[in-house]
This record gives sequence, structure tokens and C-alpha cells, in this order.
Amino acid sequence: MTFMKNIINVVNLSKSYSAGIKALDDISLDVGKGEVLVVMGPSGSGKSTLIRTFNGLESFDTGYLEILGIRLDPNGDEKNIREIRKRVGMVFQQFNLFPHLSILENITLAPIKVQKRQKIEAQEHALSLLSNMGILSHANKYPSQLSGGEQQRVAIARSLALKPDLLLFDEPTSALDPERVNEVLDAMRDLAKKGMAMVVVTHEVGFAKEVADRVLFMDAGRVIEISKPNIFFQNAKEERSRRFLNQIIK
Amino acid sequence: MRISKGIFVQITLAISLFLLIFILFNNLYVNLINKQIGFTFNWLLRPAGFALSESSLNYSPSNSYAWALFVGWINSLKIILSSLIFSTLLGIIVGLFSKSKNKLLRKFSSIYVGLIRQIPLLVQLMFWYFVVFLGFNNSNNDHYSHFFSVSNKGINILNLNLTTEFSALLFGLSVFTGAYIAEVIRGGINSVPSGQWEAFKSVGLSEIQGVFYIIIPQSLPAIIPGLTSQYLNLAKNSTLAIAVGYADIYAISDTVINQTGRAIEGFLILLLSFLFLNLIITYAMEFLNRFVIANQNRRIR
Ligand SMILES: Nc1ncnc2c1ncn2[C@@H]1O[C@H](COP(=O)(O)OP(=O)(O)OP(=O)(O)O)[C@@H](O)[C@H]1O
Ligand SMILES: [Mg+2]
Repeated sequence: MTFMKNIINVVNLSKSYSAGIKALDDISLDVGKGEVLVVMGPSGSGKSTLIRTFNGLESFDTGYLEILGIRLDPNGDEKNIREIRKRVGMVFQQFNLFPHLSILENITLAPIKVQKRQKIEAQEHALSLLSNMGILSHANKYPSQLSGGEQQRVAIARSLALKPDLLLFDEPTSALDPERVNEVLDAMRDLAKKGMAMVVVTHEVGFAKEVADRVLFMDAGRVIEISKPNIFFQNAKEERSRRFLNQIIK
Repeated sequence: MRISKGIFVQITLAISLFLLIFILFNNLYVNLINKQIGFTFNWLLRPAGFALSESSLNYSPSNSYAWALFVGWINSLKIILSSLIFSTLLGIIVGLFSKSKNKLLRKFSSIYVGLIRQIPLLVQLMFWYFVVFLGFNNSNNDHYSHFFSVSNKGINILNLNLTTEFSALLFGLSVFTGAYIAEVIRGGINSVPSGQWEAFKSVGLSEIQGVFYIIIPQSLPAIIPGLTSQYLNLAKNSTLAIAVGYADIYAISDTVINQTGRAIEGFLILLLSFLFLNLIITYAMEFLNRFVIANQNRRIR
């Protein structure tokens, strides 16, 4: 079973943390090259669990999971997982920058230690990423000296440093002050325009409408619907989706 | 006028402390008068007259008591420093084992720590001395024995010859202290938020790389205070050397006091030796701590 044109293939994926309660319940989906998939759903519906299986941060129980042509088995084969992590970037709600390293070091650590790239080259690359993110002047500061929005843009730069083929975002703007949200969303828009494939868990409706190729709506570990954004936001197929949208769009 | 409760407690404490010190000095004074030998350190220059099983410096029974005590102090330093290094290495390894994905390593770590903490140190030292090292037979004919050999004469590594007493003490203290240090390391690692583990994994670092570049540096502020108290305990525990016949400062002071009858002066010297030793450890660790905190502050400013 291989689907060469897709970068993510998920078939009948299930997982439960404790017996009886399914965090992921028979999920099937795919993501194509350069596609932006936005994942929405109420709290506890399994959004984080789902995208964390995509880079092996979570294991799963049953089903088929293939990322960038590499198959992940349920127990997680360490070699495959690391291969995937070298090619998939992840951005967290809480930024998770390394507080004891400078911004530049945060970004160059993996290229130098994982990809064995030259320090000078890795630094030049890091500086150009910071410049793209509009935070070049912070290169030698430490994470705690930056605002939340700036830290999240560093985190995006860090996830880009390994030149990934896929980026995963888990509520990247949820921990930000409202006036800081757009600077991060703008950076993500730019990436989408450049053709980066992304899976984004977010409740930012404006971003989803504008950037998403498709929206996946989850509830209780199940995929309720996967639709184009214009359909999902104006005319969602499922009653459950419409109820959710009524709650978040007042 | 109101006197706050705090000040009242402090005054009471100060008076009690003063009384206690007064009583102790009075006892000392009365003891000295009764014994009619006065308080003097002249005897330190007299020949010691006893041989030492272990000495890193030139020593013979015709040397002075002072020199014998100094040799003992050096012997103490030697066992403390080497156990400190070994127990730290052991503690780090076992502490990391407890965070390993490998179930066997985790099991080993918890059994080792659990077991070692159940058994009195004195019993463990006796075990290493009588069961392990004296248990080795004397014949060691394999061709590695030029470089490394273990026998009931101790350990031989290249030209370094470790006596049985030193070896037993080194193993006993290191294995014992290592278990406690492992717990300190484990606690320090647990103090680092799980998001840091997820972040380093996500950028493709291996567990080992992540632990050394990301987790350990952030756990140092939580580790150093615990490590300091384990080092101080180690220094104090080293006085159990007397049980396996290793000539440390305590063992030698004991002999000196028995021979000269100078218990008060002898204990004073012993007390000051340990105070000095432990102050060195405390200040070295304080220095390390400042260094770590200063680095931390630079980053958090
Ligand atoms: N480490 C864990 N151990 C046990 N149960 C967990 C764990 N992580 C998540 N769960 C459970 O799995 C289910 C899905 O959680 P998940 O975090 O994936 O939801 P989510 O959609 O990301 O929610 P949110 O919007 O609050 O972030 C929830 O019922 C949650 O309680
Ligand atoms: Mg979540």
C-alpha cells in the first residue's frame, strides 16, 4: 500500500490512552504535496494526539500511517521515527524554545548536530530564516527576552532549519496576546504561499478560510468531515460541525 | 512598647546558645584541670612510633604525630576525591538509566537505588572488604594482569597499585553515594518541562544528544544543591574507613589519641580537618552554582 503523490496517508488509525476511551477512533485522511490542512474540533477531540502521531511523538494502536513515504508502525520504530523527524518540523502552542540557548543557537543546533552541516553555513541559513520572520535583530538574545509572538516566530524558524517537507502546527497562536496573533499567522501565510505542506490545528477562522486547502473537523476522536473551507464555513455538511461553528463564530 | 514574637524567639535562642557554649567550655576547663595535663600541642612533634598501612607521602614510625596526622588527612582527601568522581559518574549513568526507554535499564536503576538505600553503609563496606576483595584469590596468571588485575592485594591498574582497604572503601563509598546521586540526577531531570523533550525530539535530536544538549544544562540548578549535600555526606561517611582498616584522618587520630591521651586536642584537630575539608567542598560547589546561576540570569534578564 503506497500512495506516492501524498505526503501523509492515514488509514483506520486508532489510539486510546486508557482502556475504553478512544483518543483517535478509526481515522483516515491524506495530505497532498503543498497542501494546507486545517484541523478543528472541540477541546479533547484528539487534534493534538492526531498531529503528534505524524512525527512519532505519540504512538498509536492500530491502523496504517505513512509520512513522506516512510511507514510508521504502531510501536514506533526508532530509526523510521528519526528519519521522519528530520524531514517534518513541529511548532507547539507553548513555543518550547530552548531557554538556555540563544535564538541563533536554538535554530542551528539541529542542523549542526543532526544534519552535520557546517556551523557557518547553518548560521547563515538561520539568519536568513530570522530575516524572513522579521526578527533578525534578536539573533543573539535569549528566548525569555522576546515577546510571545517573537518566540513563536523563532520556533517557526527553528522548525524550518532542517529544510522540512512538512510542517505541523499545534495551536500556534493560542498562547499569544491577541495583538500578537497576526504576526505569527502572517509568517504562516507566507510559508503556505511558498508551497510548504502544513497541518495546522487552529481556531483562527480567518486564517483557515484564506489559507486552508481543506478543513478537517474532529469530535471525540473521529473525523466528522473533511471539506473545502468555503463549504465548511458556509455550508458544513454535518450537523455536529455546524453546532461547533456556531459556538466559535458568535 | 510591643516586642514582636520574632524578636522574643531570637533573644531566647541567643541566650540558650550562649548558655550551651558556656557549659561546654566550662566542662572542657574542668576536664583539663582534673587531668592535670594542660592544653598543649607540643606532643605533635614527638615521634609517632606506629606504622601506617597506607601512605602517599614518605612516612616512617620515627616521623612526628603531626606528620602522621597530615598523611591521614591526605589519605582522607585521596579516598574522598576518588569516591566523589566515581560516585558522580555512577550516579549520572544510573540516573539517566531511570529515564531510559529501555525497560531493563530502568529496572536495573530502580533495583540498584532501592537496594543500596536499604542497607547500612557499614555493612556494605564490610561486604566489599571481606566478601569481594579478600575473596579474590592471590593467583592471577592471565596475560592482562600487567595492565589490570584484581586480587586480595587490591587492584592493579598499570603502575597504580590500590590496596585492598582503599579498593573496598572506594567501591563501597562510590556504590553507596552513587545511588543517592542517581536520585538527585533523576529529580533534576524531572524538573525540566516535558515540552523540552518534545521540542528536541521534534528537531531530530537523538535521546542522548537531547539529554546532553537540552535536558542536563537545564536541570543543573536543581541538581547542584542536592549534589553538594551528597558530597558532604560522602566526606563524612569516609570516616568509616576505620572499619576496613584504611588509614584515614579519623583512624589515625584514633590511634594518636589512644597513644598520647590527648583526646581534647586530638578531637579539635579532627574537627578542624573536617571543617576545612567540607568548607572546600561547599565553596567549590557554591562556585559552580554561582556560575550556573549567572549563566541562567544572563539568559533570563
Ligand atoms: N498523555 C495523555 N494521557 C492520557 N490521556 C490523554 C493524554 N493526552 C491526551 N489525552 C486524552 O485524549 C483525548 C484527546 O486529547 P487531545 O489533547 O488530543 O485533544 P485536543 O483536541 O488536542 O484538545 P485541546 O483542544 O484541549 O488541545 C482527551 O480525552 C485527553 O484527555
Ligand atoms: Mg491540543
